[in-house]
Amino acid sequence: MGCSCQHEQTLLDDKKELLEDVISAYKGKAGSLVAVLQDVQGICGYLPQPVMRWLGKELGIKPAKIYGVATFYTQFRLTPVGKYLIMLCQGTACHVNGAERIETAVSRELKISSGETTDDGVFTLDTVACLGCCSLAPVMMINGRAYGPLTPDGAVKIVKDIYKKETQSGGEVQ
Amino acid sequence: MKLRIGFGSCGIAAGALDIKKSVEEEILRRGLDLDAEITGCVGMCHNEPLLDVLDDSGNVYTYGKVTTDAVKLIFDRQIEGNQPVEEYLVATAERPNDFLSGQVRLALRNCGVINPEKIDDYMDQGGYKALHQAVAEMSAQEIIAQIKESGLRGRGGAGFPTWFKWQAALQNRSDVKYVVCNADEGDPGAFMDRSLLEGDPHSVLEGMAIAGRAIGAAIGIIYVRAEYPLAIKRLEIAIEQARERKLLGKGILDSKFNFDILIKKGAGAFVCGEETALIASLEGERGMPRLKPPFPAQSGYWGRPTNINNVETYANVPWIISQGAGEFNSMGTDKSPGTKVFALAGKIKRGGLVEVPMGIPLRQVIFKLGDGIKNDRRFKAVQMGGPSGGCIPEQLLDTPVDYDSITRTGAIMGSGGMVVMDETTCMVDVARFFLDFTRKESCGKCVQCRIGTKRMLEILERICRGEGREGDIELLQSMAVKVKEGSLCGLGQSAPNPVLTTIRYFRDEYEAHIRDKKCPARQCKALISYHIDPELCRGCGRCARKCPVGCISGEKKKPHAIDPERCIKCGTCLEVCPPKYHAVFVE
Repeated sequence: MGCSCQHEQTLLDDKKELLEDVISAYKGKAGSLVAVLQDVQGICGYLPQPVMRWLGKELGIKPAKIYGVATFYTQFRLTPVGKYLIMLCQGTACHVNGAERIETAVSRELKISSGETTDDGVFTLDTVACLGCCSLAPVMMINGRAYGPLTPDGAVKIVKDIYKKETQSGGEVQ
Repeated sequence: MKLRIGFGSCGIAAGALDIKKSVEEEILRRGLDLDAEITGCVGMCHNEPLLDVLDDSGNVYTYGKVTTDAVKLIFDRQIEGNQPVEEYLVATAERPNDFLSGQVRLALRNCGVINPEKIDDYMDQGGYKALHQAVAEMSAQEIIAQIKESGLRGRGGAGFPTWFKWQAALQNRSDVKYVVCNADEGDPGAFMDRSLLEGDPHSVLEGMAIAGRAIGAAIGIIYVRAEYPLAIKRLEIAIEQARERKLLGKGILDSKFNFDILIKKGAGAFVCGEETALIASLEGERGMPRLKPPFPAQSGYWGRPTNINNVETYANVPWIISQGAGEFNSMGTDKSPGTKVFALAGKIKRGGLVEVPMGIPLRQVIFKLGDGIKNDRRFKAVQMGGPSGGCIPEQLLDTPVDYDSITRTGAIMGSGGMVVMDETTCMVDVARFFLDFTRKESCGKCVQCRIGTKRMLEILERICRGEGREGDIELLQSMAVKVKEGSLCGLGQSAPNPVLTTIRYFRDEYEAHIRDKKCPARQCKALISYHIDPELCRGCGRCARKCPVGCISGEKKKPHAIDPERCIKCGTCLEVCPPKYHAVFVE
C-alpha cells in the first residue's frame, strides 16, 4: 500500500461540511473532545491525521493532545476500516468457551489477523475486550449485530455469507 | 391476550427480530386483534429467543428457543385453541422453572415484564411514584436517612455504603453539583448493567433523579459504554419520554426541583470504571485516575461535588423509597442487605442473569439456578469480580454471596460477573488471560502497574509455554504485592488478584506446568499434542477433511495419523471425530 496522505486530505475536503457541523455543535463546550472524536469517526470511519490536525486548529486544542486522547481509547482508529467490522469478543466467558479457535478460523478464512483489513476493503478484523453477550459465548459482532454461540465453522460461514451477498449485490466491492 | 417478545441484545442476537416479524405476519394473516410488545431480557439468555403469551386472566406462558415454526404452532394451538405448546414451554404460572423461582427480583423487577420503550408500562408498575414521594414529601435528609437505613451498598464492585457518598455530596456546598451514573461496564464476563439499561431504563433515571434531589444536583450524566448501542437508544427514548411527562427537566412534578440527564458515551477504556478516571474522561481527557482525596463528593466533575453510583445501585433506589428501607434490609445479610444481580456465564448449563438475596451459598446459584456444568463435566472454579477478582474453588462453594464473605476468599463481589470454569479450563491460562487484559488496560500512570503487570504476564506466558522455572511462583507472588502497593487506583491494586487466587487454590497446576511441563487441563498448546489411536480409528476421514492445515493423512478405512510437525493444535480433529470411534486423544 502506498502513502495515504493524499487520500486522507481528500477525505477531509469531501467531508468538510459534515465535519464543520460537528465543530459548530461542540465549539465552546468544554470537555467535548471525546464526543467530537466519536462523531468525526462516525463520519470518516476512522481518524485521519489531516482531520485531527484540522480539528486542533478549529477547536484550539494542540494536535498532540488530540492524538493522546485518540490513542488512549480503544474505540478510536487511526487507520481506515473495511465495510464490515468484525469484532471478536475476548471476554472471559468467550475465552473459556474457545474464542481463540474462532479467531484462528476467521483469520485463516480472511487471510488477515486482528487489526487488519482485507485488500478489497470488505472486512476488518478486530478483537474487543467484552461485548457483554456472555451467555452467547463465544460471540462476534459484525457492524453492530451480535452472533453466537459460534463454532469455528459457523463463524466462517457467517463471514462467507456476507461476502457472497456483497459480491452478488455488485459494484460496491472494490 | 397479549404477546411479549424478548428484545434484549441477547434475544436479538439469538433471532428475536425474525420471531417478531413472524409473529406480526401471523397476526395479520389470521386477522387477530392482538398486541405484540417487545420487552427487555428476563435473564433466561440460555433460552433465547423468548416469547411470552399472556392470556386474558393474566397467566404468563413463557416459550423458549422459539423458531418461526414454533410461532406457527403457538398460534395454532395456544392462541387459537387455548392449548399450550409443551415442546417449547419453559415456564408457566403453575410450573415456574428453577431458574426463575429461585430469584428475588428487585433491581430487575421490570426486566422482561414491561416494554422498556414505553413510559406508561413503567408507570403502570408503580414507576416514578418514588420520585413523586421524594419531591413532594421528603427532605434531602429524609431521603438519605432512608438509604442509610436500607444499608444499600454500591453494586459496582467495592460495596461502599451509598448513603455515605450522598451525605458527603450533600454536605459539600456548591451552587452546581452532579449526579453521575457509571454504566461503563467493562468487566469481561459481566452484562448486568447492559440488561438493566435495555430492559428498564426508567428505573435508573428515577434513581438518579432521587439522588439529585438528595444531594441538591440539577444535572445527571450517564457514562455508558459505546459498545452498548441498544442500551443507549433505550436510554435516549426514556429520557425524552420522562421530559415530556415533566419527570425530568425544569420544575419536576410542578415543584421547584430541576433535574435533567445527559448521556455521554465512553470510548472504551476499562480504567474509566474508576471514579476519578471516569471524571477525566467526561471532561474529554485521557481517562487517567488521580489521587484521592479529594473524593468526587468534594471535587468531581469540573471540580464540583459529584456523586457517582453504578447502574444497579440507582435501580434499587426507587424500590427502597417506595417499599421502605425495612423491606429492603429484611432481605440479604446484616452487612450486605438486599439482593444482587449476577451474570452467569462460562461453562454453565443455564447462563443468564439472576437476582438473588445476598447471603445464599454460591453452590445454590451455580447448581440450582444455573443447573450445573455444561456437558456434565466437573466444576473447577467460579471467577468473580472480573480482572479485579479471583477464582473460587470447589471446596469454597458453600461461601455465602455477600461482600465480606467473597472478599475473604481472595476474590471480590465485583459488579456481579460469575464465570464458571470446568476441568477443561487451565487456571494458569486464566491468570494469564486476566493479566493480559489488565496489562492492556493499564493507563500507564503508575510504574508498578504499567511495567509490573507486563513482567508478570511475561512470566505467566513463559509458564504456559512450558518454560517455567523453579521460583516463578514465588516471584509472581512478590511482584503481586509490589503492583498492589505501588498503584494509585483499583485497577492496579487488584490486577494481581486473579494470579494470587489461582496460586492459592490451584498451585498444583502451576507446579505441573513448571516441573512436569504438563497442562493438566490440556489447554496450553505448547504442552499438549494430538494423536489418533490406531486401534480405534476406522479411517472415516472426517478429521482429515476438516483439518485446516491438512496435516492428517491415511488411506480410506485405514487408521489415520497426525503429522506433529505441521499440527497447529486447533482441536478440530478431536471435535469432529465421531463419538462412536472416539479415536482422537490429547496428551
